[in-house]
Amino acid sequence: MPLAGSSEIGVVHCVGPAGRADVSREPFDKVVERHGPTVLRVCRAVVGPDAADDAWSETFLSAMRAYPQLPAGSNVEAWLVTIAHRKAIDELRAGARRAIPTGDLPQVPSGKDMPGGWESDLWSALRQLPEKQRQSVAYHHLAGLPYAEVAQIIGGTAQAARRAASDGISALRRTYLKPRHGQAAEGEAS
Amino acid sequence: MTTTSDAPDARALFAALPEVDADAQRRLHARLAVAASDAGILDVAYTTLDTPVGPLLVAATDRGLVRVAYAGEGHARVLAQLADSVSPRVLRAPARLAAVVRQMEEYFAGRRTAFDLPLDLRLSSGFRRTVLGHLPEIAYGTTASYAALAALAGSPKAVRAVGTACATNPLPVVVPCHRVVRSDGTIGRYIGGSDAKKALLTLEGAA
Repeated sequence: MPLAGSSEIGVVHCVGPAGRADVSREPFDKVVERHGPTVLRVCRAVVGPDAADDAWSETFLSAMRAYPQLPAGSNVEAWLVTIAHRKAIDELRAGARRAIPTGDLPQVPSGKDMPGGWESDLWSALRQLPEKQRQSVAYHHLAGLPYAEVAQIIGGTAQAARRAASDGISALRRTYLKPRHGQAAEGEAS
Repeated sequence: MTTTSDAPDARALFAALPEVDADAQRRLHARLAVAASDAGILDVAYTTLDTPVGPLLVAATDRGLVRVAYAGEGHARVLAQLADSVSPRVLRAPARLAAVVRQMEEYFAGRRTAFDLPLDLRLSSGFRRTVLGHLPEIAYGTTASYAALAALAGSPKAVRAVGTACATNPLPVVVPCHRVVRSDGTIGRYIGGSDAKKALLTLEGAA
């Protein structure tokens, strides 16, 4: 599908800060180096630890395909998050098709890298959020996109995105942060 | 990376989710390099290797080796030039350079006298490219003067242009511009510096 990537261009029209106009002509390696970690964080928060690698890989493969045609001055991170959003939806749909319906939330598989770490705590809190809340929280609080851009990606208005993110954060405070408040307070000091 | 005045505790919320997971980045980068290569969109693959003349960057297109660069040229700058002149789809992908690296290692160990690699000479054109085409005729362990090379390239008067062709050789070491020396016997200039030129000629037993 040689043209599949082209449809991913021009979605994000916002222009980055001055002086980054030729950022799109950088070697793609630089793009991976600079934005890979944030996109992985976003993928992990939106689709969870197991599907995150696939979502990340699909995102960067798709981005690399379209990269030579990315207009100069594009906000590369917003562009990547836009692609990641679509790949994450694909992963979530595929996961839902694979899942066997049960009455309870299935146990999160024990983390491959950090057993008992964020996979079992943070992700089990995140996965209980409605999809739009989880996306809004990730795109705004992890990727740093303004709500106007979050709205462009997930649909709806900036106000709705702000509300979804705010509701998501409130829910996470209740389900995740509160039992761990001692640790959280330390993180807050930074 | 963002100020989130609307939720000051958001940082703490996601503190457990690593900002940079170096192991995951390495794993995913390697996976991307394979997938991009399989998809035919890895336009420029590169890697670096340590040699007696310092770290060398080697880059290849699907046609062959396209660039060898000394550290003095600035590897980041060379990659930026490749992004501009060949394609911005550039990734560190050592698999495509495996044969290049192996032959380089053999050469620097004194176990190889000629490179047998597909070359992509697209970064050189016209007379410069003609000159590069004649460089492999200067045998391992020997040298030729700029004037002799000009004659070999069919333009005996173009000595200066031959110098330029050597100075802009995109594939030093592999295309042996280091074997071209001045008529008075002095070593002459070199893209990797005259110390590197001396080292290569010494390795080959020509100096």
